[in-house]
Amino acid sequence: MSVTTDLEPVGFDEALTRYEPVFGLEVHVELGTATKMFCACDTTFGAEPNTQVCPVCLALPGALPVVNATAVESAIRIGLALNCSIASWCRFARKNYFYPDMPKNFQTSQYDEPIAFDGWMDVEVDGETFRVEIERAHMEEDTGKSLHVGGSTGRIHGASHSLLDYNRAGIPLVEIVTRPVVVPGDKAPAVARAYVQQLRELILALGVSDARMDQGSLRCDVNLSLRPAGTETLGTRSETKNVNSFRSVERAFRFEVGRHASLLDAGRSVVQETRHFHEDSGSTSSGREKSDAEDYRYFPEPDLVPVVPDAAWIEELRGTLPEQPSARRSRLQADWGLSDLDMRDVVGAGALDLVAATVEQGSSPAAARKWWLGELARAARERDVALDELGVSPTQVAEVQGLVDAGRVNDKLARQVFDGLLAGEGSPEEIVAARGLEVVSDDGALGEAVDRAIEANPDVAEKIRGGKQAAAGALIGAVMKEMRGQADAGRVRELIIERLS
Amino acid sequence: MSDPGTSAGITRADVAHLAGLSRIDLTDEELDRLAPQLAVILDSVATVSQVASQDIPPTSHAVPLQNVFREDVVRPGLTPEEALSGAPLVDQQRFAVPRILGEEA
Repeated sequence: MSVTTDLEPVGFDEALTRYEPVFGLEVHVELGTATKMFCACDTTFGAEPNTQVCPVCLALPGALPVVNATAVESAIRIGLALNCSIASWCRFARKNYFYPDMPKNFQTSQYDEPIAFDGWMDVEVDGETFRVEIERAHMEEDTGKSLHVGGSTGRIHGASHSLLDYNRAGIPLVEIVTRPVVVPGDKAPAVARAYVQQLRELILALGVSDARMDQGSLRCDVNLSLRPAGTETLGTRSETKNVNSFRSVERAFRFEVGRHASLLDAGRSVVQETRHFHEDSGSTSSGREKSDAEDYRYFPEPDLVPVVPDAAWIEELRGTLPEQPSARRSRLQADWGLSDLDMRDVVGAGALDLVAATVEQGSSPAAARKWWLGELARAARERDVALDELGVSPTQVAEVQGLVDAGRVNDKLARQVFDGLLAGEGSPEEIVAARGLEVVSDDGALGEAVDRAIEANPDVAEKIRGGKQAAAGALIGAVMKEMRGQADAGRVRELIIERLS
Repeated sequence: MSDPGTSAGITRADVAHLAGLSRIDLTDEELDRLAPQLAVILDSVATVSQVASQDIPPTSHAVPLQNVFREDVVRPGLTPEEALSGAPLVDQQRFAVPRILGEEA
């Protein structure tokens, strides 16, 4: 067991004065196929335990796997979108290990013959482009879910039993592995985050997965090592798992840099190990202990025949790829009339697809951008989720803006409609009705409030009578206050001027 | 992957390691007895390399098939009752297994 918690982590900026970080990312994408990788079981998320299982994924004697054609297509399309070469011949292998999350005692994966290899993705951070090289993208299957009971903490320590649900066992995964990435240290955490963010956008554009980090259909491991600044040899790396949000990618990265630096500063060595990231504390702790556990004794899966994609099939799939992300960004930027800086904000916030979808639903680009980057981005930060995990859809945002355009709510009231949407109070129309948010433009109600405001502020009223129309602002403010922000400000101004001229 | 062609002489330590990975509890006597037997088996398999020359690719499948795929269409599997019928212990419609030591959730 490695005890590495006795040293105070070194600050990130200080660590960078002595060391250079090198990182790699492993991203698992759970494919959105209807059935599992090797059997015809349903893959719908959230079903009752052990209701989506069969002899193949339960490893009952005599059951034989058959590869899901759509999963292979999705894997090839991911590979092509990442500028990879596609293997002309490849096999599956057995990764042997004893752990109850796989009833077979092995996971069917690809070992030294991945379906896709040698690709790259350009990642944009602060207007600068960094190329992340892709080593491989290979096919494998997900494991079952364990629930640990009997212990008080819910962790395995102290648990008396583990309870296994195999609904997830056998769901197709594509694992995408980068080569070691070296970029300026101060930019590295942001590059790591942006890579995961853009990879997720690409996966969504391909339509091969819903790529939800909160539901585990996109999972990220951060591999990190430090080396003394100016040297070339790679240091010993740690592999941090359980990094389940974009923000966590950056936090885990920074924490591990500090932890490695403190070890190296003290003349100790970093242990090559799996570590778990903890969202609450932003720290990592040691995972697997036994090096034995890494001895997977891979060998070719005898129950599955080789996958041999012919050139025509690959070209056909290439024809189904979405527009390259960079080309699409340029096109949308021109359509929306945004400056480079404004566009960068949209991309950086992970709001590109959301703004695009909102515009498609009839909102103006400026309004769509304003809501997603303002009100909704703030809510996402507060909840530490991605924008598209907030539970507010582009259609709803377009509906809210429709209410603004129709003059039925103003921007201030629209914010309250968003509060209602975030609280799950129904559609924008329902929220406006239930919360009584509609702007009042009825002259009767407004006129009374205007009269009261004039009466309460005789000096202001006098100025306006004297021709200083700019002073009307104070009276409008008073009316707004009385009507809890729900007065039609334009009509209030007209009524004030009418009465005082 | 181990290559039988070059494995001549599996050691007692190798067998103990493999037994550990396979969760098989072997006594010292069993290791003493089994290690030499496994060595004989590996040596016998290794004779294949005497006839398999460079121009013969390693075989992983006996039948020359490739691209055997299935359409992505759901078919009913087992009911939970059927699935769990062979489980030694069931709790909350899940397979209950002894606790796993030494790892965190």
